[in-house]
Amino acid sequence: MPDGGTGIGAAVKRVEDKRFLTGRGNYTDDINRPGQTYAYILRSPHAHAKINKIDTSAATSAPGIVAVFTGADMQVGSIPCGWQIHSKDGSPMHEPAHPPLAQGKVRCVGDQVAIVIADSYSQAKDAAEKIVVDYTPLPAVVDMSKALSGKTLVHDEIGTNLCYDWAIGDEALTDAAFAKAAHVTKIDIVNNRLIPNAMEPRAAIGEYDQATGEYTLYTTSQNPHVIRLLMGAFVLSIPEHKLRVVAPDVGGGFGSKIFHYAEEAIVTWASSRVRRPIKWTADRSEAFMSDAHGRDHVTHAELAMDSEGKFLALKVDTKANMGAYLSTFASSVPTYLYATLLAGVYTTPVIYCNVKAVFTNTIPVDAYRGAGRPEASYLLERLVDRAARELGLSQADIRRRNFIPTDAFPYQTPVALQYDSGNYTATLDSAQKAADVDGFAARRKASEARGKRRGLGYSTYVEACGIAPSAVVGSLGARAGLYESAEVRVHPTGSVTVFTGSHSHGQGHETTFAQLVSEKLGMPMENIEISHGDTNKVQFGMGTYGSRSLAVGGEAIVKALDKVIAKAKKIAAHIMEASDSDIEFKDGVFTVAGTDKTLPFGQVALTAYVPHNFPHQELEPGLDEKAFYDPLNFTFPGGCHICEVEVDPDTGVVTVERMTAVDDVGRVVNPMIVAGQIHGGLAQGIGQALLEGCVYDEDGQLLTGSYMDYTMPRADNLPSFSVGTETTLCTHNSLGVKGCGEVGAIGSPPSVINAVVDALWDLGVRDVKMPASPQVVWAAINSARPAAAAE
Amino acid sequence: MPTVTMTVNGKKVSGEVEARTLLVQFLRENLHLTGTHVGCDTSQCGACVVHINGDSAKSCSMLAVQAEGTEVTTIEGLANGDELHPMQAAFKEHHGLQCGFCTPGMVMSAVDLVKKKPKASEHEIREWLEGNICRCTGYHNIVKAIQHAQQTM
Repeated sequence: MPDGGTGIGAAVKRVEDKRFLTGRGNYTDDINRPGQTYAYILRSPHAHAKINKIDTSAATSAPGIVAVFTGADMQVGSIPCGWQIHSKDGSPMHEPAHPPLAQGKVRCVGDQVAIVIADSYSQAKDAAEKIVVDYTPLPAVVDMSKALSGKTLVHDEIGTNLCYDWAIGDEALTDAAFAKAAHVTKIDIVNNRLIPNAMEPRAAIGEYDQATGEYTLYTTSQNPHVIRLLMGAFVLSIPEHKLRVVAPDVGGGFGSKIFHYAEEAIVTWASSRVRRPIKWTADRSEAFMSDAHGRDHVTHAELAMDSEGKFLALKVDTKANMGAYLSTFASSVPTYLYATLLAGVYTTPVIYCNVKAVFTNTIPVDAYRGAGRPEASYLLERLVDRAARELGLSQADIRRRNFIPTDAFPYQTPVALQYDSGNYTATLDSAQKAADVDGFAARRKASEARGKRRGLGYSTYVEACGIAPSAVVGSLGARAGLYESAEVRVHPTGSVTVFTGSHSHGQGHETTFAQLVSEKLGMPMENIEISHGDTNKVQFGMGTYGSRSLAVGGEAIVKALDKVIAKAKKIAAHIMEASDSDIEFKDGVFTVAGTDKTLPFGQVALTAYVPHNFPHQELEPGLDEKAFYDPLNFTFPGGCHICEVEVDPDTGVVTVERMTAVDDVGRVVNPMIVAGQIHGGLAQGIGQALLEGCVYDEDGQLLTGSYMDYTMPRADNLPSFSVGTETTLCTHNSLGVKGCGEVGAIGSPPSVINAVVDALWDLGVRDVKMPASPQVVWAAINSARPAAAAE
Repeated sequence: MPTVTMTVNGKKVSGEVEARTLLVQFLRENLHLTGTHVGCDTSQCGACVVHINGDSAKSCSMLAVQAEGTEVTTIEGLANGDELHPMQAAFKEHHGLQCGFCTPGMVMSAVDLVKKKPKASEHEIREWLEGNICRCTGYHNIVKAIQHAQQTM
């Protein structure tokens, strides 16, 4: 690493900041193409209805209108799902058709009905008012239990609302363990439905080049190559070499911009019809009813223990809402990203989990920051908290008794995963110290003196990320490989451009990835450029989600860098007339071992491109290497989050007084960026626990359709955070990194709710639902009071 | 269509707009100043905050014609050439931005806060930011950046 600290471990300030701070970012809606038109998408106001007729004649003749298309015009392929789950009886999941524009029926509020294309956005929006859609409203189903027991079908053709009925683990062994248990703790849990709300609304520009027959899609995506594959191969039948997908600066994703959305296909398809570029940008209300939502699980779980509080078995029954259609990764979230995490950080020897995925007349549900793993940690950590109270153990004690011991790694869980490393005692110890748990009793007393209640809540969690080994996920139903690719292009004068298949939408890859290059090649940051987000520049990529960018994308870059160094050493050996094996490379300089003969990296680069004195028999000119990296295992970040809240029992208002997170994310490349990722995850976790909740009425109308109704975490809802790391290295990648993007959102929600329950336990409150809004908390206190008095 | 004239980032500009054109649309579409962003449609998120006659305002919540004759400063006009404004520098120093989408509004709002309440406490800073939503940072480093800029502005 060069002096001045720009290698691995340095808190380098971000290189991408300047353009964002000066208003020079380049987001999709900032792009304008010559001759561009503007699109408005007409959406269904009904949760479920038959479309009898669409009259577009008045709209078509409105001022500035270029074209109006409906589902009758757009006969294309179905938007595919990327992961096939098999039910426990062996049958494949139901995959009903998902047309970009509705074909005779709408199945949720926000379903796409028509596209209106005009010279200006306001003309398109005005004209859409003139479209007359003759709907016959149908009964809608929103509640998952009713969807499974009632007669209303979201998709008539499949004859059921059950997408799949999947299970993992050994049910007979689990039941046998329960039969011998000294104590069983039971809990019913709702993991509330969330709306992701990246601050940049989705946008897409479709463009068709008549001369070449090439399409270009600019889109707000976390993975442009995946969009090219899904849209090109499955929906529009455009081969890869005729389809370019560009995801420029993207204003946050949190999962919601992984998926291939209808609007991308609609503007791309329509651009070849109108022969002009078409821009569509969602307004926020539209985002609420067209972005895939997150979470939405209903679960009953039971934990069997011996008389000492040692976990013997866990049995879980979950219903997971898929919404009206299967979004790109929807089917994998409540199965392989959820139930495989149910061992948590504990030695529970047998586990059985049954998951029923259910279609409803709601917007599709898919991955949102953490995706399945927050649902697993919330369930487990609420259950463990309750078990401790029932057995009279302390919150820390019950966890320590059941932790996977540090010397037990690699640890095989009963639910498929094998954890490579971790030290759960270290993160718990460190978090307890940072949270000043010893001082809590005094702080509680002070709160009570002011008429308030105070509570402390724990969460000790593990998650699986660095997604994922292709062979493993392939055997589980994934329809793609989950490797990553990189190209390191050394230029003749020695500067470097890295092309990565990862995509940065806030994570700071342009800095972190450059640090890898700086470390390996001994090069200053200003000589390094990180390029991403354009399928015409980047060779291939699977994109950014599942905290995979460094653990998978970064490893691909390292692999390519190693190839560059290996070739450069041979060139250096040739120039210095030494043997390859005698060449050492350190801090950007090649040395013949044991001599004072040296050659700077830049000189080798120049020789590679001006190969007058070059080993032509052995090597090709140039210095430009590619690599694909397919991980050997998932990575397993984990840690301990401790939340301290104060509750006003008269109003139900919960204030987060302290939020402490000590996480093991493996080796830290940039501690400033890692802390920032954890802060953001904590805010989303606290948001889920206290503020955010998507609400539908029973007719399927979305009641939380704007920032007036859906409570986003604001600065004055949150405290400053205390974050720290305790590191064990990942054992199966060269960097030793695990991933940090999701830990905050995965670990924190149960710590918050456990803290609220702790504050109110003595008032008789046994459970508080998320989001624990003042209304929810006040009602919990007031319904508990009579029960508590009777005890 | 009405014509509007105003001074934007020190330059006199005018343009024909529909009467219903919002100030933010005029800035983004007519003047191509795309640093000012639109993150919502209910005046909640603050991604569109600019300064009008020196005060922070949400440019999505006023018509372009209402800005007639005013002095408007957008994020593009804040730095002094290549030298970042102290608030921009503080955001970089303290990692007060991630995806960058809320950042222009956040910075413009924060500059106004430090001008109006130079000694604002952490609590007051958090209350001031109530009208600016960030989904990435959890606000932790934004607050730190503003506290830093209180010293450097």
